[in-house]
Amino acid sequence: MSEQYIARSSSIAARTMGAETMVMSALDSTFFTLNEVASVIWEAADGKTPLSRIISERVCRDFEIDADSATRDALEFVEELAKHGILLVSEQPITTPVAGAEPTA
Amino acid sequence: MSLIVEMNQKAMDLGIPLSVHFDITYRCNERCVHCYLDHDDLGEMTTAEIEDVLDQLADAGVFFLALSGGEVLMRRDFFDIVEHARRRLFNVKIKTNGVMIREPEARRLRQLGVEQVQISVYSHRPEVHDGITKLPGSLRRTIEAIRFLKLQGLKVSMANVLMTANLFDNQGVMSLAKDLGVSYTLDPTITPKIDGNTAVLALRAPGAELRRVFRNEELVGNVAEFCAPPSAPDEDVMDGYPCSAGHTSCYISPYGDVFPCVQFPLPSGNLRREKFVEIWQHSSALKEVRSIRARDLTTCSTCSHVGSCSRCPGLAYMEGNMRGPSSADCEKSFQRTGIPSANMLQQGGIVDRALVQIRPLSRTN
Repeated sequence: MSEQYIARSSSIAARTMGAETMVMSALDSTFFTLNEVASVIWEAADGKTPLSRIISERVCRDFEIDADSATRDALEFVEELAKHGILLVSEQPITTPVAGAEPTA
Repeated sequence: MSLIVEMNQKAMDLGIPLSVHFDITYRCNERCVHCYLDHDDLGEMTTAEIEDVLDQLADAGVFFLALSGGEVLMRRDFFDIVEHARRRLFNVKIKTNGVMIREPEARRLRQLGVEQVQISVYSHRPEVHDGITKLPGSLRRTIEAIRFLKLQGLKVSMANVLMTANLFDNQGVMSLAKDLGVSYTLDPTITPKIDGNTAVLALRAPGAELRRVFRNEELVGNVAEFCAPPSAPDEDVMDGYPCSAGHTSCYISPYGDVFPCVQFPLPSGNLRREKFVEIWQHSSALKEVRSIRARDLTTCSTCSHVGSCSRCPGLAYMEGNMRGPSSADCEKSFQRTGIPSANMLQQGGIVDRALVQIRPLSRTN
């Protein structure tokens, strides 16, 4: 399977509440809440870090989940958010502005 | 339970201010006959001050941010403020009259990821709408703004305030909203002017008009259900709190004053003197608001409407007691169900007491 890169769309609103993250699309007003694991993937979705590395270094390590289950769940999560334009997915690093990241000079 | 209701409950449990209504100016290019504001600039917060407040709100967990006024576009730094708010990932809703929105402004709002724009429309007839706003040509420009916003794919809602000056026009405004492909809300609430002048209350729609709109299926859905007599309140109702004001939401004025709600002028702190989180967590005014349960309400706790009334604690406060009844809501409950409220029975009718309104805290300190 080819490498995937994920980035938070700039058309979203998001806020952490407790261990969860609320995310709403400004495009279609879809509202999601992300659990703790999904929130970690969300935070790490900077467009530069490969999804496989996010899974191995953040999800498997921090939550003690086996790689197969973590990958399966992460791909499902990414697909669902990508469908609503909340996450951008590419086989190349994503260079467009990422929500919540300070613009670089 | 919807996801948003669930998150609101979580915010309540965690003491997080989920939503804030932020008036960034009281200046306006319209002079609406029913408006409660003083449109002079008495020392609005600067761009830097507002951006600092937005940072504080984001850190406190605020998610829903309504930017309103006055007319928000009267501020030359309006788009800088929206840009900053979006950089901090707020869900931004703009309340405007739309008069200053043309294609470039609509495009900019879309680029910035504003979730919704709410536009005030008082009538589908220019002579009535412009008569209320006192700005000739305002209906035409407002409708043009809605079209510009829709062309950009923005979600637009039309807010229609019901008053004596536009009685019977709500159906026409609703049809206009349908033609333009936007949602429609009707609000019969008229509040006293900011200087305490209550003359504006004469514009409140009469009871018969409320009765008519409460029986409009397009507005209320199932009329029989909406107008049904109230059921007996259970323990959950009596342990409940009146509304989200001060619990998961609050209001900020252009001068940095914090209140539980735009319609609840209980001074709770000032952001030029204290940090938002200090006010939110430690204000004695907000703590008092949060302590009130339905069973603590004078008169209303014995009223058959207590579980279904739209009682506004802010309007009650303006009548002199935040634990007391709000006469305007007693009237609504009565017109909706035909059953008089406990307050109405006690008073033998609606009583119009002296009211207080929002004043900049700096004037009173």
